[in-house]
Order: sequence, then structure tokens, then C-alpha cells
Amino acid sequence: MADPKEAIKEKSMVIQKDMLAKQFNDLSKAKELGKKVVYTFVPGNLTELILAFDMLPVYPEINALQSGMRKKSGDYIKDAEKIGYSEDVCTYVKCDIGMMLNGNIGPTGEKLPSPDLLLLSYTGCFTFLKWFENLERLYPGVPVAMLHTPYQEDGKITKDQVDYMVKQLKEEVIPKFEQVTGKKYDPARLSKLLENSVKAEEYWVKILEMAKNKPSPIDAYFAGVYYMGPINTAFRGTDECVEYYQELYNEVNERVKNKQLPVNPEGEMKEERFRLVVEGPPNWTNFREFWKIFYDMGAVIVASTYTKVGGLYDTGFRHNPAEPLESLAKYCMGCYTNLNLPQRVELIEKYVKEYKADGFLINSIKSCNSFSAGQLMIMRQIEQRTGVPVGFIESDLVDPRYFSYANIKNRLESYFQMLEQRKIILKQEQAIV
Amino acid sequence: MKSLEAILNECEALAFDLNFTRAKKWKAEQSNRILVGYLPIYIPREIIHAANGLPVGIMGAGDRKQIIKGDAYYQSYICHLPRGIIEMALDTNLQEFDGFLFPAICDCVRNLSGMFKLSQKGKFQRYFDYPQNFDPFIGGTFYMQEMEKVMDDMYRVNKVRIEDAALFNSIKLYNRNRQLIETIYNIRQEFPWRLSAVETYHILRAGITIPVEEHNQILEQVIEHIIKERGEQMDNIRVVISGSFCEQPPIGLIKSIEMAGCYIVDDDFMLGSRWIRGEIKENFESSLAALTNAYINQSTFSSAYYDVGNPKGDRLVKMAKERKADGIIFSAASFCDPALLDRPQMQKACDDAGIPHINFQYHENTGQFKIIKEQAGTFSDSIKLWA
Repeated sequence: MADPKEAIKEKSMVIQKDMLAKQFNDLSKAKELGKKVVYTFVPGNLTELILAFDMLPVYPEINALQSGMRKKSGDYIKDAEKIGYSEDVCTYVKCDIGMMLNGNIGPTGEKLPSPDLLLLSYTGCFTFLKWFENLERLYPGVPVAMLHTPYQEDGKITKDQVDYMVKQLKEEVIPKFEQVTGKKYDPARLSKLLENSVKAEEYWVKILEMAKNKPSPIDAYFAGVYYMGPINTAFRGTDECVEYYQELYNEVNERVKNKQLPVNPEGEMKEERFRLVVEGPPNWTNFREFWKIFYDMGAVIVASTYTKVGGLYDTGFRHNPAEPLESLAKYCMGCYTNLNLPQRVELIEKYVKEYKADGFLINSIKSCNSFSAGQLMIMRQIEQRTGVPVGFIESDLVDPRYFSYANIKNRLESYFQMLEQRKIILKQEQAIV
Repeated sequence: MKSLEAILNECEALAFDLNFTRAKKWKAEQSNRILVGYLPIYIPREIIHAANGLPVGIMGAGDRKQIIKGDAYYQSYICHLPRGIIEMALDTNLQEFDGFLFPAICDCVRNLSGMFKLSQKGKFQRYFDYPQNFDPFIGGTFYMQEMEKVMDDMYRVNKVRIEDAALFNSIKLYNRNRQLIETIYNIRQEFPWRLSAVETYHILRAGITIPVEEHNQILEQVIEHIIKERGEQMDNIRVVISGSFCEQPPIGLIKSIEMAGCYIVDDDFMLGSRWIRGEIKENFESSLAALTNAYINQSTFSSAYYDVGNPKGDRLVKMAKERKADGIIFSAASFCDPALLDRPQMQKACDDAGIPHINFQYHENTGQFKIIKEQAGTFSDSIKLWA
């Protein structure tokens, strides 16, 4: 395999890089800046509330995926396994624990500060609960604020569920924030941040929906994981976040006008041969190679479910500054992995139809039962409902032992051949009609 | 009174009747009876009983059914339990069941509820969300609402509105059930040779497939038998087994541990039947409030239950000491995130308390036990020789 070339970056990517650099710089100086640090998760994150208390968030999942991309996760995972964590369990957890055992060095090479608060926003993933129970023991004395997000069992968010979450926010989460920071909860400040969230969300949805164009100006999965960064993590609610999405929107809009194809690390794609909807997180240890298989084949991901784990906005939800806590509750419950299976099927079906996809592909992740359990049934349902060819590959988030390049490439090539054949047949059928 | 052997034979047959013949026969006896299947671990069975229903524990296909279709629905890295259950659902095993409940224990069971919804098995399919907040006014309220949803589901099937008196009566019957089970465990603590762990397992597992009234009679008779001397005391060590609360170990595994020289004096095999510790109040403000109060304040520890403030490791150590156990065996199903993610911290608690421990993993259909037997045998010998 050839060495990957220096990645070509869009302007918005450079902006994001600067935002992240500042974030990690602030984290490395948290004590000097007098900022308290909260560890929390991406799905159901309470970024605006965290920012309303002037705290700095750290996302162990993001640390793990960064470790995966920097080829450090393999050793971290093995270190966690040495102290008793089974080979069978979530590799994000093991990578995070391994990173901690190795000095908690963040992606910029600086040590991440220890948490002042563990905010367990338990949304859409049971393993989160186990993860923070472990962290609570590894960071003795650090308070844990638990926010239990009810599952969308009935395919809708009920008033009872919202009330349950708001009560937890008022009586469990906010008091812990106040205790740790010594600051009082300021609902006006939270609402102000939420106003910015809404603006960013509006841009984000417009950007995602531009992939309905033919050709699509963006790759909504491989590039999508970069695009989703600010809104799904530490920046939602900030002015910078709004500016980032405004810039990204302008950039993508320009691409649409010029009928330009998505940018990948080797430049702009020349041809859109296949439009795909993808379900499941990507592999991070071999992210570039994985992506390359797709763009080399002219495959563009026009919609993905993974970019909705930190918030599902393209079905209409927006944060509501007028009802800040209720709105946070609804946001948490609306995250993709908190949807029940029939809702997930309906969403994917909608994507396949509205984005005029040629196929539906699942990247099934060993570590992530929240995504993976039931995916084979989802696949059959989508095949039955839409008639598009479906594909299935397997890898892992950050365990390099579970990424088999040859195997995945082989499967994808067969899948693309199938898509090609179908296109020919459809064309012939249309000619007859 | 039946002989113990006859009871044990009957229980073994009931425990592994994957067609749930007795339960279906019970349903057929009256027109508005319903069968509600539930997965591990815990469901407040009292509400089903009070709705003229029979709660039936579906603990998986174990090593008693060949899995063909189930494997086509699950990747290799997902535990065995759901593939066995979907196989049973796609075959005729679960026909005549009116509804299914999927307690919140992990993402696999959660998503299995969606698979049942998509394949329209039963008249209702419900993921039963346990609150992970234990404030009676927050988590307690949520828990009560979860029970009410199940009550509404059942009402839509048989039009039985649950009266407070009926639910208190059910609570009384299940209190008796839990009390009898604990009596058996307490007798076994003193005299573990009188009833083997396998026999105990059969008796408990049979209980989740038949009416509680019948199970109580069985338990009473078993106690009558084992308060008298039976069997022969062996030079075995005493162990507690932890981590087998969902996907059940094959009987061969339990037998292998016993044959390797270990008396299993406590375990979490059929944890749902023992989830509530002590009695649920029979004269509380309301029957639903009594069930809620018990869930919030009397639940045992489990990997499905958020434990900050009351760590499972400490509770396991306490249990081991109370049961005078010599060691702990961590025995978890492969790919069981909850059990396996808890294990390192629980092992640390054992280390801190000086309690020896070993661990291994299994599938419900594991067929080879030689290594497990050797491991348990070595564990037993090492404790006997060096502890």
C-alpha cells in the first residue's frame, strides 16, 4: 500500500483545526485558567450547560478515536487488557483506560487534566454507564452527575420522559455543576447559548441536505465526521461554532453552484459513480485507507447515521432557548442511538429515498452493540422497503486487530460490482419502457 | 408429598421445555388469560400476575436448540442469548405469547425488543427501562410509569384492569416465593451437599415457567426434603459465582464446577427471581408504590444497575463473607459488556478483601468443559492447600 499523501483540506477544516487546537490548549492550562474540567460523552452531551458554567469538556470517546487515528490505540487497548479488561468488550473504553494508564496524553501531546466532574449523560449506549462506573473508581473522589436518558421505546418522546429528565437536570446534574464550580445556574446564559445552537443547527441541516444534489458536493460520512465535530462536541452554543457552520455552508453552497464533487484527502473527486447511505461508525485506526477504497471507486456517501449520534436535527428538532432544560432533554432523547429499531429503519429508508441512493451499506462495529445489534435485520428491512442493494462489512472503532484491509476491500469491490450491474439493468429497463 | 427425585425430574423438564407447554396449557384453561414473556434479568412479575397473566422467563435456548436462523441475524461478536431467542421467535416456540418484555440490561437486549417489534411477534413488545436514578420522587416516579405502560399493554389484550387488592395479593404470593427461595439458599449455605447447584438451578428455572402458586408448593416440598439430611458431605471449597445473570451457563458448566470440588453457595444465575431482597411491603400506600419502593430500596446489586455510591465489588465481597465463601468465580458470557466491564473492578475489590478468585467465559451452548473443570479444580486445590 502506498503511503498516504499530505491531506488536502478545505478552509472550514482549517478553521476547525484552529478551534480544536485552542480547545486542547485551554485544557492543558485548565488549572492556570481556573477552569473546571468535566468528562462527558458525545451522544446526549450537555455542552451548552457545561459552557454556561464556564467548564471545559473532555470527551473520552473523542480521545479514543484520536488515539486510533494516531495509531496509539492498539497499545492502549492491550494495556487495559493486561489489567483485566476482556478482549470482548468495547474498545473505546479500553483505549480510554489504557490512555489514562499511560499518562493521559491528549492528541496534541500534552497531558489532559483530570476531571473535576464526571457527567454521565447516559444516552443510547448502555456501555457508557459501565465506562463511568470504571472511571469513578479510577478517579476516586471525583463526583459523578448521572443523567439517565430514557429510550424512545414507543417511537416518540413523551411528556413523562421529558419531566423525568428535567427533574434529573434540576435535582442531580445542576446541583453537582454548582457544587464543583461554585457558580449559580444562570438560565438566561444557557438560553443565550442555545440561541447560537439553533443557528448552527440550521446551517448544519442545510449542509447535510445539499447532498441531495447530483452530484453531491459533500461526503456525508468520511468528511461528515469532520463536519459534525463542532456541533457534536465542545463548541455547540458558541459564536465560533455558528461561524464555522456559516463558512462551511458557504463553501458547500459554492461547490453546488460549480457542480463540484466532494473533497477527499487526495483532492476533489472526479466522478460520482455511486451514491450510498451508510449506517454505523467508521473505523478510526485505518480511516484514510478505508475512505480511499470508496473515493477510488467513485462512491460518495450522501447520508449517514453516524453523523446523527451527537444529535438528530434533520427531522426537525432544534434546541429551544425558551425552554432550555426541556429542550436539552428532548435533544438527548433524540440522538440516533436512542431511537428504537423501527425508527432507525424509517430514518434510513427516508435517507435512501430522499437522497436517491444507489445502495445501503452497513459498517458493523465489533465494539458498539448499540449500533450493531439488530443491524442485520435493519439491512433486510431496507432491502425490502427500498429495493436498493445492501452491503455489510465489519470492523472496529479503535482496535487495529479488527481491521482487515484486504477483506474489507474485497467485499466492497464485490458490492460496487453489484451496484454497477444494477445500474446497467435499470438503464436497460428504462430504455425498454 | 412427592419424592425429591420426582420433584427434581419435574423441575428439570419444566426448566428446559423451550415450548413452554405448561404455560400454554395454563393459558388455554381460561379465555382472558395472557402469557407475557420476559428476558433477564428482573421484571416486577406481580403486575402480570395481577392482570390474569403468567410471566414466563425466556432465558435463551441454551444448548437445547440448534441455532440456524438466529445466526443469520447476529454478528459473531454478539453474545449467544439473543440469537437463541430470535430463533425461538421465528420458530413456533413463542407462539401464543401475548407480549414480550425486554428489561434494560444492555444494548443487545434493548435492540432485540426492536427486532421483535419489526417482526411483529406478540401483541406487544416493550423495552422496560429501569431508572438509573434512585431518588423515589424522580427514579421512583419513572419506574411506576414504566409499570403502568406494561399494565396498559396488557389491558389492551385482555381488558383486565388491575385492582390494588389484586396486586397486593400478587405481591404476597411473590413475597412467599422469594422467601422460600432464600430459605433454600440458607439451608444450602449450611448443608450445600443436600441440594446440588444444578438441582437448585432446575428448581428456580422451573419457577419462571409456571404459576407462582404452583412454584411455591414445589419450593415448600423441596424445603421439607432438605431440612433433613441428604447426600454426603465432601471436602469441597465454597464459592460464589458472579457474572452469569443474563445468558445462562449450560448445565454442564455448573456441574463441572461442582465436580471440580466447589460448593456453589451463592450465584446470580436466576437473579430476577431473587432481585428484591426482603419482603415487598404488603400494606403500603398503594400496591404500585410498594413495588416501586422495593425496586428503589431493596434491589440487589447487578451489572445492569448503576452503582456509584454503592459499588458492586463491595457488595459482592459482603455477600461472599456472609456466605462464608472461600473464593469467587467470575463466570460471564462471552461478549457480555456489562459483566465483563464490571469484572476488573470487582476483582480488585476481592483482592483488597483477600478473597481468591478466578474467571472464565462461556456461551450458553458451550459444549467443552474440560478446561473449566481443570481451572476450577486447581482453584479448589489451591485454596484447600494454601489458603
